[in-house]
Amino acid sequence: MDFRLTGEQLQVEEMVRGLARKEFAPRAAQIDEESRYPAENHRRLAELGLLGMLYPADFGGSEAGPVSYAVALREVAGGCASTGVGMAVTNMTGEAIFRFGNDEQRMRYLPMLSEGRGAGAFALTEPGAGSDAGGLSTFARADGDHFVLDGSKVFITNGAHACVTIVMALTGKSPREISAFLLDSGIPGFSVGKSERKMGLKGSDTVSLSFEECRVHKSAMLGSPGDGLKIALSSLDGGRIGIASQAIGIARSALGAATEYAKDRRQFGRSIAEFEAIQWKIADAATELDAAQLLAFRAASLKEKGVPYSKEASMAKLFATEAGNRACHAAVQVLGGYGYIREYPVERHLRDIRVSTIYEGTSEIQRLVISRALCR
Amino acid sequence: MVFDLTEEQRMIQETAREFALKEVLPKAAELDEDSRFPQELIRQMADLGFMGIAVPEEYGGAGMDNVCYAIAMEEISRACASTGVIMSVNNSLACDPILKFGSEEIKREYLVPMASGKKLGCFGLTEPGAGSDAGSQKTTAVRDGDFYVVNGTKNFITNAPQADTCVLFTMTDKSKSHKGITTFVVDMKWKGIALGKHEKKMGIKASATSSIVFEDVRVPAKNRLGNEGDGFRIAMNTLDGGRIGIASQALGIARAAFEDALSYSKDRKQFGQPICDFQAIQWMLADIATEIDAARLLTWRAAWMKDRKMRHSKESSMAKLYASEVAMRAAVKGVQIHGGYGYIKEYPAERHFRDAKITEIYEGTSEIQRLIIASALLKG
Repeated sequence: MDFRLTGEQLQVEEMVRGLARKEFAPRAAQIDEESRYPAENHRRLAELGLLGMLYPADFGGSEAGPVSYAVALREVAGGCASTGVGMAVTNMTGEAIFRFGNDEQRMRYLPMLSEGRGAGAFALTEPGAGSDAGGLSTFARADGDHFVLDGSKVFITNGAHACVTIVMALTGKSPREISAFLLDSGIPGFSVGKSERKMGLKGSDTVSLSFEECRVHKSAMLGSPGDGLKIALSSLDGGRIGIASQAIGIARSALGAATEYAKDRRQFGRSIAEFEAIQWKIADAATELDAAQLLAFRAASLKEKGVPYSKEASMAKLFATEAGNRACHAAVQVLGGYGYIREYPVERHLRDIRVSTIYEGTSEIQRLVISRALCR
Repeated sequence: MVFDLTEEQRMIQETAREFALKEVLPKAAELDEDSRFPQELIRQMADLGFMGIAVPEEYGGAGMDNVCYAIAMEEISRACASTGVIMSVNNSLACDPILKFGSEEIKREYLVPMASGKKLGCFGLTEPGAGSDAGSQKTTAVRDGDFYVVNGTKNFITNAPQADTCVLFTMTDKSKSHKGITTFVVDMKWKGIALGKHEKKMGIKASATSSIVFEDVRVPAKNRLGNEGDGFRIAMNTLDGGRIGIASQALGIARAAFEDALSYSKDRKQFGQPICDFQAIQWMLADIATEIDAARLLTWRAAWMKDRKMRHSKESSMAKLYASEVAMRAAVKGVQIHGGYGYIKEYPAERHFRDAKITEIYEGTSEIQRLIIASALLKG
């Protein structure tokens, strides 16, 4: 039992916190206002080795490990949540290529991702396949040495800015015969649809993708035929630690803003921080966020040790995103009318965090994963 | 960041779990029903070193760390919450302040027998008029040569009817309000000490709770802990540790509620299938399990910080606040999953419900915990 971060993890924390506070946070409101993809932030992440944290230097990564990654993502998201989710998906894509790809695929894509030459994207969700990821209809038909893809994907983060997209498609009749493919951007038959207009995370790039007679060589397959679902599910286990960390980062920023505001704001002749009604909200949010952080670190440290962590990642994601949403709601309430206007950051935090209980597995899917593990 | 238990921590978990399941659990319903103090279990726990887990061996304790204490408390409370609180009060509220603030002579005389479980301790802070506002003590201690003369009444004192020793809080200088509080170690057999009525409680019925009346009790000055006026600091410091104990007790109750509900939901069939196949039940189970894990991490973090002599007031309060509220929610859901069977005494679910409630109240209500947490966050 040791609740301290290691020296290396503390260094990552300090470095990324500085970056997020000095560079990302000051731009976050404008990025949100303009729904602008923060390319300059992506470049800075690349320069500091934060886009390939989960694979080794041989492939351009920094192999900082899951705990450092959780810390870094929390800090980035605390400054700019849109930048955070882009970073999360790029890291997840790179990790999947490292874990399931061959050396040729690793050499080709991983340096590209870690150097920030493009983002990574992970295309699983379809119009008819959300929580039910087994209900895919995108099909990859074998044709000699090639596969021909037809179908469409929706809600794909980083889709328009990706240099490589992992696409999940059926390769057989059974709904479980899913294979994963690595697609370069701009190849014939692969097009990017319109950018979604969202409630929050407005700087993140979310698009639909479509495949029409899109021909790829069989060497583009990630893993073996039929490995797709396994790749998707194991990537999501890790992704959930990322989303938990993102939620904790956003909510900590909201709580920090609410705490500062409560100390300054005077009503009834005293600072509102002196009222128990306000103190209660701050105490509950801080307690829940500490608990969320411990759950996320536990899942990350299990992953680091190489032992199963699926249930623990779902617990972390469920708890952190729900608690994070409650904390952001409370923060808006503490600021009152000022919490509702764009001059203060908390209304953005509330909009940004809302999706965290939805993407990479809704809270309902997390409960399903947890209860299956319990009732087994 | 290491979440693994040490070898010693794993061993005490195993020992405590085995003892709790074999010896404590089979008696829990009867102890509750009869409101009977589990003297025989306390003796067995003394032999296992559970009455002074974090007290060094030279003072009669087991010489283990506070994480071990938290682990053992959870296991005992999982079987019987009453037995848990008896253990917690002796460890955290009686042994710990004497270990920290007592003179060598006082430690030899009072700590050694309590930590080894030969004698039982209680903690006399609460008064009829001093609950959450612990600083407004009315019990007085007036210096008289080498003695103090104590008068006053303490109430809701856990273990009092069985206790040999009391860590007692008194006012020695009313003009200084809470800075005028002074702590003594008192032998419950001394002249002038009488027990008030035995409280009949909603839950933790096997633990004994009563008021204590002090009438011209002569306490030797050497039995004072720290200096005059140190009492409030001693109380707060002691409760920081006590809250780790109660958080662990709450965890044990939450686990009991959860584990009983989980196994019931697998057996119970309705609409042709076990009720654990319904999402309505799965959701409750998933939420409780997640919250229990979160509560345990908060609790072990606080215990770990105490072991490292780090300031842990805020973290203990977070653990106690969160774990106690999780215990209550788990107990409510546990009864719900059992349906009608959750409401009758044939199943333990209703006992967990009654036992859980006190954890949100004693050793600082949830409201007091929030006050402590908020003031730590809003400082500066």
